Amino acid sequence: MLWLWDNLDLVLRLTADHVRLSIIPIVVGFIVCIPFGWLANRYTVARTILLTLGGVLFSIPSLALFVTLPALLGTRILDEANVVVALSIYAIAVMVRGAADAFSSVSRDVISSSTAVGFSAVSRFWTVEFPLAGPVLLASLRVVSVSTVSLLSVGSLIGVQSLGYLFINGYQRDFPEEILIGIVFTVIVAVLFDTILVLVGRLLMPWTRATPRRRSVTSAAAPVTA
Amino acid sequence: MNLFLDALNFLFDPANLTGANGIVPRLVDHVWYTGLSMAVAIVIGIPLGLLVGHTGRGRNAVVALSSAARALPTLGLIFLIILYTGLGVGPLIVVLVILAVPPLLAGAYSGLEAVNRPTIDAARAIGMTEWQILLKVEIPLAMPLIFGGIRSATLQVIATATIAGYVGLTGLGRFLIEGLALRDYKLALAGAILVIALALCVDAILALAQRLVVPHGVARGLTRHPDESAAPTPRQHGRVSTAPSNP
Repeated sequence: MLWLWDNLDLVLRLTADHVRLSIIPIVVGFIVCIPFGWLANRYTVARTILLTLGGVLFSIPSLALFVTLPALLGTRILDEANVVVALSIYAIAVMVRGAADAFSSVSRDVISSSTAVGFSAVSRFWTVEFPLAGPVLLASLRVVSVSTVSLLSVGSLIGVQSLGYLFINGYQRDFPEEILIGIVFTVIVAVLFDTILVLVGRLLMPWTRATPRRRSVTSAAAPVTA
Repeated sequence: MNLFLDALNFLFDPANLTGANGIVPRLVDHVWYTGLSMAVAIVIGIPLGLLVGHTGRGRNAVVALSSAARALPTLGLIFLIILYTGLGVGPLIVVLVILAVPPLLAGAYSGLEAVNRPTIDAARAIGMTEWQILLKVEIPLAMPLIFGGIRSATLQVIATATIAGYVGLTGLGRFLIEGLALRDYKLALAGAILVIALALCVDAILALAQRLVVPHGVARGLTRHPDESAAPTPRQHGRVSTAPSNP
């Protein structure tokens, strides 16, 4: 633990970098998934195309994607943008599928009723469909948040500063403690993000807590599959 | 686009194909690491997941394990284990197995969990034994999710085996890591293209295998629109949508 106190400045600076770089893909994934998820839910053709494309992008190993992007974007190899764009691509790939599922989880009857009482298509979307899709959207967002935080460290192999620096430095110096501290801080960041998302979810969707469902398939399987 | 041409030139140069450090032997190594770790992981993960899914015991442990596995940075894990065990193919396989088991477990478990309860009760009511229920009802119905787990675990293993290049082992990641170390971008890009091609090919093969293995009726049920399906369970798509936990 002595190493941590001696290098607290470094660790905190890397943690700040880690937080900064992982927030962007999570936010981008959330914003982009809404129109695409709506499209995928509305049109079967769009669904097939978007989900297939997402599946293909999602299966590209991250290190390979980090290295390929400079050739595609014209960025420099050490540019942070490569990692941020790559992680945003993964976030979008996962979130579009999640958003499509979220919108299809909204009951048809509710949508029909809101049309019947006179909602326009736009206001129905924002005041009925979007909030009701919220819990499933949040589940996907939590998955994206955790995995973005954990994946970002791979970017340190191409020289992007994050907590992953501690892994490489620790490995090169044959110093496991440094790697362990890197892992612990990465997990702390992931847990912090997750806690914030859960709290924001409770704040924005108070009705999800009102009916605690016992042992339903949905709630039990959500953390694994969603 | 010139960069891509350079990389493609490297890939199609016969001189780079064979030889000790050529593309073919490294591809074989990469596939070997992946195949071996997946075989071990499947033997461990799938039966365990089926056990948890069938009995319902240990469900919380599985959910916690797969969430925790997602939060752990693979890069740190692989370096840490190799510092303790020393370099070698053995430790690498151990790391890859550790990473592959949680998605397999989650796929098998959530596959069984998603099976319609009344269907299982009906099977029990007509006198099937627990083994028959598992083998003839639950596993066929859970096949899409079980296979989804296998696919995401395989992708993750292929991706992580790429990092093996950094710790001095061979595999396709070696081109990528060497290219980065030597500041030879053409070489790194060629390595990246090889890794991506391998991942996409393997996933396509597994997708085909999934079509052959998943019973027709189950596959049809999945493609139906939710409104038409009477099943009260949430719609599950072909694969377990795990996070991009591939490094």
